[in-house]
Amino acid sequence: MSASVKIKTLTIDDRHVGARENQTILEVARENGIEIPSLCYIDGLSAHGGCRLCLVEVTGIPQLLPACMTVVEERMEVSTQSERLRKLRKNILELYFSERNHVCSVCVSNGNCELQDMAGETGMDHVHFPYLYPDLGVDITHERFAMDDNRCIMCTRCVRVCDEIEGAHTLDIKDRGIETRIITDLDQNWGDSETCTLCGKCVHVCPTGALFEKGKSVGEMSKRRQFLPYLALMREEKR
Amino acid sequence: MKKKSLATLWLDGCSGCHMSLIDIDDRIVQLSESFDILYSPLVDVKEFPEHVDVTLLEGAVSTDEDLEMVKKIRRQTGMLISFGDCAVTGNVPAMRNKFELEQVLNRGYIEMSPDNEIIPDQYVPKLLDKAYPVHHIVHVDLFLQGCPPSADLIFDALSEIAAGRTPVLSGRTRFG
Amino acid sequence: MTPEEFKKIGDAHRKKRKDFPNNINVCTAAGCVSLHSEKVKEALEGEVKKQEKHKTCRVSGTGCLGPCASGPLVSINDGQALYAGVTTDDVPEIVNNIDKNPVKRLVVPPDTPFFAHQKRVALEHCGKTDPESLNDYLAMDGYQALYDTLTTMSPLEVIEVMVNSGLRGRGGGGYPAGLKWSTVEKAVGEKKYVVCNADEGDPGAFMDRSMLESDPHSVLEGMAVAAYAVGASQGYVYIRGEYPLAIKRLRNAIRQAEKSNLLGKHICETPFSFDVDIRLGAGAFVCGEETALIASIEGHRGIPRPRPPYPAEYGLWGCPTLINNVETFANVTPIIRNGADFFAGIGTEKSKGTKVFALAGSIKNTGLIEVPMGISLREIVYDIGGGIIEGRKFKAVQTGGPSGGCIPEEYLDMPVDYESLAKAGSIMGSGGMIVMDETSCMVDVAKYFMDFCRTESCGKCVPCRVGTAQMHNILTNISRGQASMHELQLLEELCDVLKHTSLCGLGQTAANPVLSTIRFFRDEYIAHITHKTCPAGVCTIEPEKETVS
Repeated sequence: MSASVKIKTLTIDDRHVGARENQTILEVARENGIEIPSLCYIDGLSAHGGCRLCLVEVTGIPQLLPACMTVVEERMEVSTQSERLRKLRKNILELYFSERNHVCSVCVSNGNCELQDMAGETGMDHVHFPYLYPDLGVDITHERFAMDDNRCIMCTRCVRVCDEIEGAHTLDIKDRGIETRIITDLDQNWGDSETCTLCGKCVHVCPTGALFEKGKSVGEMSKRRQFLPYLALMREEKR
Repeated sequence: MKKKSLATLWLDGCSGCHMSLIDIDDRIVQLSESFDILYSPLVDVKEFPEHVDVTLLEGAVSTDEDLEMVKKIRRQTGMLISFGDCAVTGNVPAMRNKFELEQVLNRGYIEMSPDNEIIPDQYVPKLLDKAYPVHHIVHVDLFLQGCPPSADLIFDALSEIAAGRTPVLSGRTRFG
Repeated sequence: MTPEEFKKIGDAHRKKRKDFPNNINVCTAAGCVSLHSEKVKEALEGEVKKQEKHKTCRVSGTGCLGPCASGPLVSINDGQALYAGVTTDDVPEIVNNIDKNPVKRLVVPPDTPFFAHQKRVALEHCGKTDPESLNDYLAMDGYQALYDTLTTMSPLEVIEVMVNSGLRGRGGGGYPAGLKWSTVEKAVGEKKYVVCNADEGDPGAFMDRSMLESDPHSVLEGMAVAAYAVGASQGYVYIRGEYPLAIKRLRNAIRQAEKSNLLGKHICETPFSFDVDIRLGAGAFVCGEETALIASIEGHRGIPRPRPPYPAEYGLWGCPTLINNVETFANVTPIIRNGADFFAGIGTEKSKGTKVFALAGSIKNTGLIEVPMGISLREIVYDIGGGIIEGRKFKAVQTGGPSGGCIPEEYLDMPVDYESLAKAGSIMGSGGMIVMDETSCMVDVAKYFMDFCRTESCGKCVPCRVGTAQMHNILTNISRGQASMHELQLLEELCDVLKHTSLCGLGQTAANPVLSTIRFFRDEYIAHITHKTCPAGVCTIEPEKETVS
């Protein structure tokens, strides 16, 4: 880190906070114990900006901005919990639950799931949009891990960790819109992948039960993410 | 204070939410001071009463009978509570929804039972094309998630209602 | 190339053209080509030889002549007469009459309102030059603006002219071009890029395609001027792969310009160097969004990222990047050549200049038009467009494609400018204009555009990915007569979510066709929902689903 780091001051939810330049609103908020919901962001990976849950209001800017990708500015006034945001977040979460077949009660990650927790935290107690019930499969061809498309929220954490940290780039995305899916290699069975190193990082960054270790039953799959910021930091210092 | 009338029943569900209701144990005595249970699997009444103040409805809406019932309950209930994940989300009963109805029936009656050759069309309720969460059919006043909702949560919710307040459960409930 | 050489080529070419007292220009843009205009051109060439007029009469291909629906179009003696619907059978008569009276049955009356209400700036050379000939372009003072810019103006002076012209981005957003240029100029970066967005994907839009097919050099010249102004040395034209003819002509134009030192190193022997490469889109509509376009050029999956930072600051490979669309660049040279005041003198207070539209739908004269800003929709539909076909009743005009809205009859006298269109619930957009009559069902139209957005959503953000699918389902139910008023309410709610939470313009504006049709044609929605009928007779009403009421 260079010797001269500029400091910016701003307010988040009327609290005065200081930040290093180039920090994002989300980073600064979390440092100060202000919780902004998010599902695709994870410490140690590049920001994605796709889950739209970390949208915040900034005085003077008509659009809502994703906290995970918006760099702080001097005298910025950020609001993270307005009634409007709460309502929009609830609706976004409902869209998540309506998209695929999320059945918490029979999920390996029941009780250890970020999507489930988020619904609880935001008070999303039912989905008032119609459910789409897509016909999706489960890839259990890998010797240690499994991928259940029914529970995937397309946060792309797995794709990013595989590319940015493990450097294997086994996982990627195919198709677009509502048809987008996570794939392994060239849309082959995971078990046939020649690039997968079996490191399991994808499984542990996955916020839901979409990626899990084989042999785990309902509620048994808890994820360990501590390795990620550490690995990311080590990489940076080496560089 | 005048006692409120309470009904409980299950449609397409496993009765687990009712088990959880029983799990409030001795506190049921406390509740009985505020509620008269007019209709429930726990009491022997055949017809849903003309009017009840509060109904705890477990299970998804899966058959033509469920559909009739849920509409009737709505007409005859003051406060309708979706009780547990099946009522709130469709949960396990709705896992058949990604298949065509015919596939589901075939799987259940023919493929899984080698000795059976017909799909019954009499004496059993007709399956709807999908299993629906209750609020996709009729208006619901309160949602109690959980598979099942915990006994404490059920007790607290009913206590609040007994006291004439709307229960605020945000942050205390979750799916699954 | 020096100005002397410029002049020499231009003069020589002009003289050469003068040596032919008669000329026949055959439209060879995609519209007419699809009606076999190239066969007509061949036949004309053969016939001219046969009638031994090849020493006095020149046959050449040219860009778009305008009224595409009546093609193939042939222009005689620089617009002395315009023939429509020409077939090879008409050829002997046309050549025979070349220096006599025009062939009456083919002629489009010269005072036809289609032309009278237009004003050509961006399309100034369209239909007058051979798009495959650099010499033709030079004869029209082509590349003079670039030369003058490089030799007599500082970059800041160029930007000042652009600012004063009042030109706003023609891709749809309407962001002031001069301001964008100035931002890129000010941005600090070792390398800067200029990108021309030719990923035209709106249904019914063909402005960019026609311009590139008709006058590719003017777009390249505009890009070079922009590159000089902002300090860029590399340019890209991002063009959709579905436009083979435009790509071919653009490639040809780049090669010609490079050969003549109008692109490449030390352009016109000045210190300024600028290369242009073509990048082909692979059919994703979202790649017209600038950050997705950048990702696509960089070789990544074409998905957008949140802005800020804007490409002007952080664009291609992290460098400051100027992105404008085809029409914006096509306006640059006329502005430089004629001055900012010339351009600012056209149009309205806030929307200066002209706008090119692709006129399509239930209208007599479909085609490519350019009109001064502030013209009324009525003039476009009834005068230029010639009114509705088969005597039917006008219902709405759709502008802005899947991001725009449907404007009903009561707004027909509204001036066409950025602000008025936005007030009417639509947008200027890139210039697609689809006229609809009473046989169009507005629920069906909304459903069509939502289907488009659903399949074109990149899937990165959840509101757009799931929201468009949900909305399409609801619209399908409404169109089948299987929806309740509750679903209409859900639809409106989803519109709000998409508008405020989607990541990029595609999702943020995907609700516009729905919102505007609900706003102006609510009765049609109600008819489908409560009366189970489609007033226009378009939708197939299906029996009520037996399950849920």
